[in-house]
Amino acid sequence: MRLIDKLKRRLFRWQSDGSAPLRLTQRRIFILPTRAGLLFAAALLAMLTGAINYNLALGHALVFLLAGLALVGMVHAFRNLHGLSIAPGRCLPVFAGDLALFPLQLSSDRASPRLALELRAGDGQPAVTCAVAAHGLTDTAVPVTTTRRGWLELPRTRLATTYPLGLFVAWSYLQPAMRCLVYPQPLPTPLPPLQAAIRSGDQRGGNGQEDFAGFRERQPADSPRHVAWKASARDGGQRPLLVKQFAGGAQHELQLDWSLTPEATAPETRIAILAGWVLAAEEAGACYGLRLPGHEIAPGNGDLHRHRCLEALALFPA
Amino acid sequence: MSTRPAEALDRGAAPWLFATALATTLPHAEHQPLWLSALSATIFAWAGWLWWRNERLPGRWPLILLVAVACGGVLFEFRTLFGRDAGVAMLVVFMAMKLLELRSRRDATVIVTLGYFLLLTHYFYSQSIPTGVWLLSTMTLVTATLIRLHGGAVSTPAATLRYAGLLTLQALPFMLVLYLLFPRVAGPLWGLPQDAHSGRSGLSEQMAPGNIANLALSGEIAFRVRFAEPAPARGQLYWRGPVLEYYDGRTWRPQPSRLRPPQIEALSPALAYETTLEAHQQRWLLALDAPGTLPGDLTLDSTLTATNRVPLTQRQRFSLTAILDYRFNREEDQAVLRRNLALPANANPRSRELAESWRQAEPDPERLVQKALTLFSGASFAYTLQPPLLGEHPVDDFLFVTQRGFCEHYASAFVVLMRAAGVPARIVTGYQGGEANPVDGFVVVRQSDAHAWAEVWFAGRGWTRVDPTAAVSPSRVENGIAAAMPAGEPLPALIQLRSDWLRTLQFRWEAINNAWNQYVLGYNPERQRELLGRLGLPDADWRNLAATLAIICGTLLLAITAWALYQRPRLDPAARLWQKALHRLARRQVNCPPWETPLALARRLEDERPALAPAVLKVVDAYLQARYSGILDDLKKLRAAIRRLP
Repeated sequence: MRLIDKLKRRLFRWQSDGSAPLRLTQRRIFILPTRAGLLFAAALLAMLTGAINYNLALGHALVFLLAGLALVGMVHAFRNLHGLSIAPGRCLPVFAGDLALFPLQLSSDRASPRLALELRAGDGQPAVTCAVAAHGLTDTAVPVTTTRRGWLELPRTRLATTYPLGLFVAWSYLQPAMRCLVYPQPLPTPLPPLQAAIRSGDQRGGNGQEDFAGFRERQPADSPRHVAWKASARDGGQRPLLVKQFAGGAQHELQLDWSLTPEATAPETRIAILAGWVLAAEEAGACYGLRLPGHEIAPGNGDLHRHRCLEALALFPA
Repeated sequence: MSTRPAEALDRGAAPWLFATALATTLPHAEHQPLWLSALSATIFAWAGWLWWRNERLPGRWPLILLVAVACGGVLFEFRTLFGRDAGVAMLVVFMAMKLLELRSRRDATVIVTLGYFLLLTHYFYSQSIPTGVWLLSTMTLVTATLIRLHGGAVSTPAATLRYAGLLTLQALPFMLVLYLLFPRVAGPLWGLPQDAHSGRSGLSEQMAPGNIANLALSGEIAFRVRFAEPAPARGQLYWRGPVLEYYDGRTWRPQPSRLRPPQIEALSPALAYETTLEAHQQRWLLALDAPGTLPGDLTLDSTLTATNRVPLTQRQRFSLTAILDYRFNREEDQAVLRRNLALPANANPRSRELAESWRQAEPDPERLVQKALTLFSGASFAYTLQPPLLGEHPVDDFLFVTQRGFCEHYASAFVVLMRAAGVPARIVTGYQGGEANPVDGFVVVRQSDAHAWAEVWFAGRGWTRVDPTAAVSPSRVENGIAAAMPAGEPLPALIQLRSDWLRTLQFRWEAINNAWNQYVLGYNPERQRELLGRLGLPDADWRNLAATLAIICGTLLLAITAWALYQRPRLDPAARLWQKALHRLARRQVNCPPWETPLALARRLEDERPALAPAVLKVVDAYLQARYSGILDDLKKLRAAIRRLP
């Protein structure tokens, strides 16, 4: 029973859990001659004909040695991949139109380096080449061109090598469970006018943006724009940075509302406009909220907030 | 590490390609016209300079111009663009010019493939052991270039070369198996170009004074012989080549005649031997006098010269027999006898006069022969490699003026005298003697053993060999030319080695060369059949061979794959000891899950197995020290701690 379990684990490790590191075994590696390999074979055939025709004993030997070399080269191309471990990493979100990078960590426990490993996520995608040192680790990232917002799964990726001789290509398909969030491509348009959000009284004394109410120590979430640079500089930079605190009733904030976008345009364009607003508002240091049909994000700012807004836009059902 | 575009060629790859191009073309400079080597060298220098200065490669037009110049030159030099030498010349020029066009990895691949191809062309000119060794190392260099091309700049040149060496080493078993078992086809597959086999020195089909003396200056090997039985005495080793019957007063030539099978009566048993002739571009063989039964393609012509169907354009092996004691054409054609009495009318009057006077005194042919030999053995005649020049009547000048000559002078003078005296006589050329190599037992016959002797016809006895040189210099026949020549004669250095150890060294080297020629270069379809017979595949056709090959190569491939995939488990010694400790604990019914850290385990045991805990804690401490402090001494402590585990 244990044996069967072990076997099952071995065979289906990849399929069962795409997040685990994968170790390339002979079952996953394929080999075919390359174009250069075919040229080489043709040259060998011509050389063999010459050797027979001129009855060159050493010519025969050379042709046979080269044939042996090609076979050995095939095994070594295979060996270049065999036993390589591949662990998926975490992808950072990108905007549609940019390259999504799927980080992979390749590791080798062999005493010889593995060179010229090429990763490509399908036809028409850019390739990346890397090498793994002996007993080494290499971080690389598979680039994938993006066109649409939303989740982008890493397509079936081909890890190929022609090293050492280029006569044979050994390859393996990887499909780790990795996905990358693709934000909508922003369309730069002027921000909508500021809006005074009327808040209920119990928020008084809270952090408005109108009346200066004193300083407090800066926390990592505070925008650098709110740092009281003069006040902070007074004590020679020995103490943590100070942030101006405001208090006040009404708070000016941006409501980035779906309904503010031109109604006549296509939904994707409206999302693009909203994404542009999010970026512009964040850039301006404003406090902004996002309101989409069926989804609302309370005003705020900072990188996390920006990410939440863009994520909502990216995943907004079309 | 780094990322780079797939197809571009990095700058660091260029020196490798230069080295490849240089190593594969340079040895051709030895036999190529000078202008061609100069042209290639110039292109090399140009390409190298452009690379050094990191400048742009030339455009299309300069290259087309260069190709045109090179083609024109080759056409002018060789009168053709194809053929062997012209083809090689073109390949060399193309190799150089490809360096001016080195942009992408594809260009580089072309250079490497061309390099492999050029390696083959060296064998047109030499297949000796040094060539083989040089080419093996060049092949490794070309392979290293290929590896460098695909591996990029990451690994060092030394590592790249080592890797190439490893690949070559692993390819050798395949080469061996394929060499032995690949179905061999006897070439050529089609007509070879005119220059396929360039002329080599050797016996020629005519003899004028000085011809053989020139040949004797060469220490090159003409053929090697292995006797089944002990070799006959040196004085009996007359290797018969072409027989020359026509004389124009200066030069002896063979007389073409209709083929009449020679009549041989054997007076001694046939002696079997195997001879390996170097290529001499002629149809005749050099068979031990007189040749007995001949195999396959060989025939005996009417003058008892063994002849092949086609010229010998490569080293070839023949199994022959010889009859040392024989009677040859006891009955001879009158036309043949007349032909062998003919002399040009006005040449050598004094010699003819002398012979005429002998005949009047002594009509018996055998006595006449003795008379001539007695003349030569007189004190005034000398045997030398540097005879003085002879004038209009060479035999007269030789007999009466200079009296110094080499074997062809004596043979020629003897035959002229005999013919003038009315005894049918002719010249036989070939080799005499040979030296047994004590290392491998082969008898080696060199160009310096080239010889000319005479054959006279006696009624009732047929054609009988007479060697006038033996009369003037008996040691020439008994001991070889080196012993026969006085010191100071310009003999080839090889054959006049007198120091013992040098001689031994030479014997060894030649035995190795001979083994190389016999077993490596001489491996042909017949040898293959022989070997297969010994391996238990007596009449294997190509299908059996292919199957055998596939099985052996498959096994080899599996073996190499197994080597490639085998990885020695690399476990830290401390970790190995820790595993051992865990095993011991497991035997004491301690549950040690693999995910538990050593410290966690120790802490847990403090509660669960207080009796064990102190010892375990010691082991854990020692293990952590040994594993992470990096001091080797700590391993001892760890071992000791494990030993103290209950």
